[in-house]
Amino acid sequence: MSGSNRPMSPHLQVYRPQLTSVLSITHRATGVALAVGTIFLVWWLVAAGAGPDYFVYVQGIMGSWLGLLILLGFSWAVFFHLCNGIRHLFWDAGYGFELETAYKSGWATVAGSVVLTAVAWAIGLAG
Amino acid sequence: MAEFTLPANSKVKIGDTHKASGDAKRVRAFKIYRYDPDKGENPRLDTFEVDLDACGPMVLDALIKIKNEIDPSVTFRRSCREGICGSCSMNIDGTNTLACLKPIDEVRGDVKIYPLPHMEVIKDLVPDLSTAYAQLASVEPWLKTKTPPPPTTERLQSIEDREKLDGMWECVLCFSCSTSCPSYWWNGERYLGPAVLLQAYRWIADSRDEYTGERLDDLEDPFRLYRCHTIMNCTKTCPKGLNPAKAIAEIKKMLVMRR
Repeated sequence: MSGSNRPMSPHLQVYRPQLTSVLSITHRATGVALAVGTIFLVWWLVAAGAGPDYFVYVQGIMGSWLGLLILLGFSWAVFFHLCNGIRHLFWDAGYGFELETAYKSGWATVAGSVVLTAVAWAIGLAG
Repeated sequence: MAEFTLPANSKVKIGDTHKASGDAKRVRAFKIYRYDPDKGENPRLDTFEVDLDACGPMVLDALIKIKNEIDPSVTFRRSCREGICGSCSMNIDGTNTLACLKPIDEVRGDVKIYPLPHMEVIKDLVPDLSTAYAQLASVEPWLKTKTPPPPTTERLQSIEDREKLDGMWECVLCFSCSTSCPSYWWNGERYLGPAVLLQAYRWIADSRDEYTGERLDDLEDPFRLYRCHTIMNCTKTCPKGLNPAKAIAEIKKMLVMRR
C-alpha cells in the first residue's frame, strides 16, 4: 500500500470459491498436513524400536477412534497430494491447460483421492 | 506477508437502499460497492433496485441506468460497451469480468458488484491500476530487433508463426485475470501477474522479435514469474476466453528447455 488512505478492495471476502482455487489451496494444505503427519509416523516407528511396552502404548493411541480418524485423514491427504501432484506434472509439461480439461482433471483428482483411500482402507482392514 | 483480512479503513459497511417504484414488475437488487475519497468514511454497499423491464440485458446497462436515473455519483470506468476496450472490468457475482459482457440473467439473486479485488480503490468501482501498468511497461511489450529492417518490405512472418500469437493479441488488458489470482493478491508488487505474463509471452512467441533470450532472462526470477502456482483462476475468469495460465507454463517450459 502507498501512503494514501485509499481502501483495499475486498478479495477473499467476495471472490467465489471454485474448483481451480479450492483444489490449489487443498494441495497446499495437504502438503503441510503430510509434513506434520510424517512426524507422527516416525514416532510410531521409533516406538516399535523402543520396545514392546512403549509400542503397545503408541499403538493404543493410533488404534483409538481419534487416532484412526487422523490416519484416515492422513491417508486421504497422501492420495490427494499424489493425484493432484500428477496433475501438476502434466501442467509442468505444458498439457491440460484448457479449462474443460483442467476441470475434468480436477474432478478426477477428487474422485481418485476418495477411491484410493477407500481401497487402501479396505485392504488394510481386511488384512 | 499475505494479509487475509481487510485493513480497518477498508471494511465494507451497509449503505443506503434505493427502492424501485411501485409499478415495477421485474425488480432486481444491485448491491454496489461505494467509496467516496472526499468523505473519509469506510466503503459501503449501496442497494439499488432496478426494473429489468426498463433496462438493457447487461450489468453495464444497469450501472448506466442507475447512474442516469438514481444516483449520478456512482463511479465506474466504461467505454466501448462491447468487450473490446477492457475498461469496465469489475467483480460481479463473485468473479471478475467485463460488466458489458455479463448478462444480468446469469446472476442468481442480488447482483453484487465490487471493484477488481485486492486493489487500492480510487472511487467506487474504480481501482488504481498504476502498478499493473508499470509492470506491463517493464516487459517492454513491443517488437525489439537487432538486425536492420529489410529495405523494401516489412518484417514478414509465416502464417504458422502468426498463428502462434492467437489467443494472446486479443487481450484487452482489463486485468480481470491478475486480480483474480491469489498469488497476485499476496505478492502483487513483485509478481507480474497473469495479464502481464501473457503479454510477455506474446512477444517471446513472436517469430520477428530478436530479444527472446533477454526477455526470458528478465523473467527468470522467483517472484516475477515463479509466484505462479497454476491455480488457474486467471483462465477461469478471463472475459475474452484467453488462457494466461498456459502462456505462463510455456514461459516456464522455455526456461527449462534452454538450459
